Amino acid sequence: MARYIRHACAFCALLLAALLVNAARVQVVQSRLYDTNPANRRATIARYAQPRGNILVGDEPVTGSTDTGEPLRFERTYRDGPLYAPVTGFASQTYGTTFLEHAGDGVLAGTDPMLAPLPLWNDMTRRPPPGGNVVTTLNPGAQQAAYRGLAGRKGAVAAIEPATGRILALVSSPSYDPGQLSGNGEAVASAWERLNHDPEKPMLNRAVRQTYPPGSTFKVVTAAAALDAGVVTDLDALTDSPDPYRLPGTTTRLTNEADGCGDASLRSAFEWSCNTVFAKLGVDVGVQNMVAMAQAFGFNDTGVRIPFSVSPSTFDPHVDRAQLALSSIGQYNTRATPLQMAMVAAAVADGGQLRSPYLVERTTRRTGETVAASGPHPMRQVMSPATAVRLKELMANVVQEGTGTQAAIPGALVGGKTGTAQHGVGNSGVPYAWFVSWAQADDVLEPQVAVAVVVEDASANRGEISGGGDAAPIARDVMRAVLNR
Amino acid sequence: MTKAGTTLAAAKAPAAVVRLPRRRGIELALLVLAVLLCVYGYCAVGFARTGSVPPGVAGYGAGLGVLALCTHLAVRLRAPYADPLLLPIGVLLNGLGLVLIYRLDLETPHNRAAPAQLVWSTLGVGLFIVVVLVLRDHRVLQRYAYLCVAVALALLALPILFPAVNGARIWIRIAGFSIQPGEFAKVLLAVFFAAYLAANRSALAYSGRRLWRLQFPTGRVLGPIVTIWLLSVGVLVLERDLGTSLLFFGLFVVLLYVATGRTGWIAVGLALAVLGAVAVGRLEPHVNQRIEDWLHPFATIDAGRGPNQLAQSLFAFAAGGMLGTGLGLGHSVLIGFAVKSDFILATAGEELGLAGLGAIVLLYALLVERGYRAGLALREPFGRLLAVGLASILALQVFVIAGGVTGLIPLTGMAMPFLAQGGSSVVTNWAIVALLIRVSDSARSQYDGREAP
Repeated sequence: MARYIRHACAFCALLLAALLVNAARVQVVQSRLYDTNPANRRATIARYAQPRGNILVGDEPVTGSTDTGEPLRFERTYRDGPLYAPVTGFASQTYGTTFLEHAGDGVLAGTDPMLAPLPLWNDMTRRPPPGGNVVTTLNPGAQQAAYRGLAGRKGAVAAIEPATGRILALVSSPSYDPGQLSGNGEAVASAWERLNHDPEKPMLNRAVRQTYPPGSTFKVVTAAAALDAGVVTDLDALTDSPDPYRLPGTTTRLTNEADGCGDASLRSAFEWSCNTVFAKLGVDVGVQNMVAMAQAFGFNDTGVRIPFSVSPSTFDPHVDRAQLALSSIGQYNTRATPLQMAMVAAAVADGGQLRSPYLVERTTRRTGETVAASGPHPMRQVMSPATAVRLKELMANVVQEGTGTQAAIPGALVGGKTGTAQHGVGNSGVPYAWFVSWAQADDVLEPQVAVAVVVEDASANRGEISGGGDAAPIARDVMRAVLNR
Repeated sequence: MTKAGTTLAAAKAPAAVVRLPRRRGIELALLVLAVLLCVYGYCAVGFARTGSVPPGVAGYGAGLGVLALCTHLAVRLRAPYADPLLLPIGVLLNGLGLVLIYRLDLETPHNRAAPAQLVWSTLGVGLFIVVVLVLRDHRVLQRYAYLCVAVALALLALPILFPAVNGARIWIRIAGFSIQPGEFAKVLLAVFFAAYLAANRSALAYSGRRLWRLQFPTGRVLGPIVTIWLLSVGVLVLERDLGTSLLFFGLFVVLLYVATGRTGWIAVGLALAVLGAVAVGRLEPHVNQRIEDWLHPFATIDAGRGPNQLAQSLFAFAAGGMLGTGLGLGHSVLIGFAVKSDFILATAGEELGLAGLGAIVLLYALLVERGYRAGLALREPFGRLLAVGLASILALQVFVIAGGVTGLIPLTGMAMPFLAQGGSSVVTNWAIVALLIRVSDSARSQYDGREAP
């Protein structure tokens, strides 16, 4: 019998050995497969087990974390949520992350390998490094001035430091509080539902994700192309342009809002925003040169990241001459984000050089040491420096005595360009009021800020809507905040 | 065995009686170690969750210590030659189970199971002490074989009168307590099988007619035991308790093999098992579902209904990895309602890792091996078969439940011995350890210059 007992014992040993082999299979060999299964909630739980790092504006955090004591422990909080929403986006346990919360998620959540000084040690202790911080380039004063200036009207503001490409303000209005979306409860779901069905589209980031017809502000680009291509050599020479202007190959007549545009010089045409002059100028410059100049400014570029993606602004390269004429005054298929138009103003202000705009100054550990700093950003010569000098002169004239006088700042040189963009079926919509500008304090060597403002539905009568009346004061306040005047 | 052999040789010479070492001191030291380990685990949970020693640690440590001391004193008094490993393993597993259940209670504050488990453990230890003190010789049980089987069948049949819980009809509820009578039945059935096979083993092995290469015993000999076995398995199938019926089947085949030494029985047993499993798997929707879950653990995820219990259990084991997350730091509570009972091993796997899980499986293996060793050392067939039967119950149960929750075999609801929440289970397992202590005491005392009492 003893022999059979040994056999039975060996059988039991075999069963228990099979258990261990199978446990090793599940726990070691195939563990990654199970760990990464999307239905496994552990990754989500771990993600919210520690407070998220913060997004900093002017060295002050505009975000925070609160301990809920729930399985998904830490929830995002926001200071001045609506003000910074177009920059921070939201970090929701239910709906994921957007904008900087998304682009900087690795650092903020502590999963970025750069955050762990000793990766092996962290693997051993299984303690993820605490979330790091994302320091923005924003100027809080400029951001607040822009938000206050829009005062809840639909619109957006983008401001750039021309010499570097640092984004100083990025505002979209109307806005929302991203804190409403942080958690995972019923209130979050209903806030999501409400925000998504709001006809005002508060979650739309109008500064970088919405393109508008740029209207007359696009004349800066047309003027740059004309000067660079040598179509115009003397700012004060009379141009051979009729008023009204018959679009080539059609019977459509283009007219002006202002008087005295017939054969006007480039200077006065720019000052008074003569559609006829610039439409003809675009046709004279030709499709090829116009497209090249627009693309040099950043139009048709689908890869702009600041670090989150920016909707591409467009200048249609496949147009006939009539369409080119309209495109050259910022109509037809020409569309631009407010950030793109701020880039246009910045390139003019910085001697024809364009720096890629960026929003993240540096990322740091929780304790403040820098993990990654924004290196030198690529620079592009958009137009010749001589062209830039002459364009600056034209833009300064607009503020000194043209349509943009409301943007003037005492003690500073300000250049600008107004725009009123028609849109809608048969141009029936309330026009968009545009203003693009730059400013340079008198005691400083180069312009410190370039701004683009768009107001969608200025609450004035249709006839009175103009970039000069509605958008220019907002741009002026933003520039003053940056210049400290 | 060489040691036993030499003592045996020495015992033949009356002039030089060598006293066999009783090793009670080792047992006491191991018990202290087991209690300290459990207290350490309790503290580890507290540190992980709140950063401080949990408030009840003194009470828990003292309670476990007193229980361990009582069992030790009973063994010292009435079973001085017993194997010194059995008791500490029982205390360690029971204490570890309490730590795991306490730890899971923190996740479900409105449904605390640890206090009740402590009460049941105390009852189990009480039963252990009673068995060790009252049962002076295990051979007495042989006389009550038919009483045992009658009670066992009655216990098995009882839950049919009560409503099903979670699809299985294996509980009875009395005054707020739910009891699983099938748990007690398995000890009684082991006693009956051992007694019957011990009495009839030569008839089973050598009589009957030969068919092809198998020697079949006469129906007169095989009849009663097959009838009993069929009855118990039949009842369990009615109650949808597939795990326990598998356990009884395995127990029956193992004991039949050990008693008769005929490999043919194993072949017949396996064939019948496969046949039965296929039939039940095809016909029974409840069982069929379990087999489907086993083959495709992530099917419910793919269907958009979220992970089922088995998938959650696999996630928990995988999250543990080699070294585990640490006590109190896992998320096995995601498994759901059975996390403290059928799936308790997933918590061990996640928080103690493969290392801790391996240690637990080795503890069971050691317990089983010690049971077999006691059986080997005995000379009379009943004790041998009883020890083998009890040890096999433990081994098979651990295999069935652990294999189920790790996806090795289809899942069957059963309690991990000592570890899982479940009063009937804890009490039964203490009874099993008590019987093994008794058998091992007889086995080792017979060489000590005198026969077993």
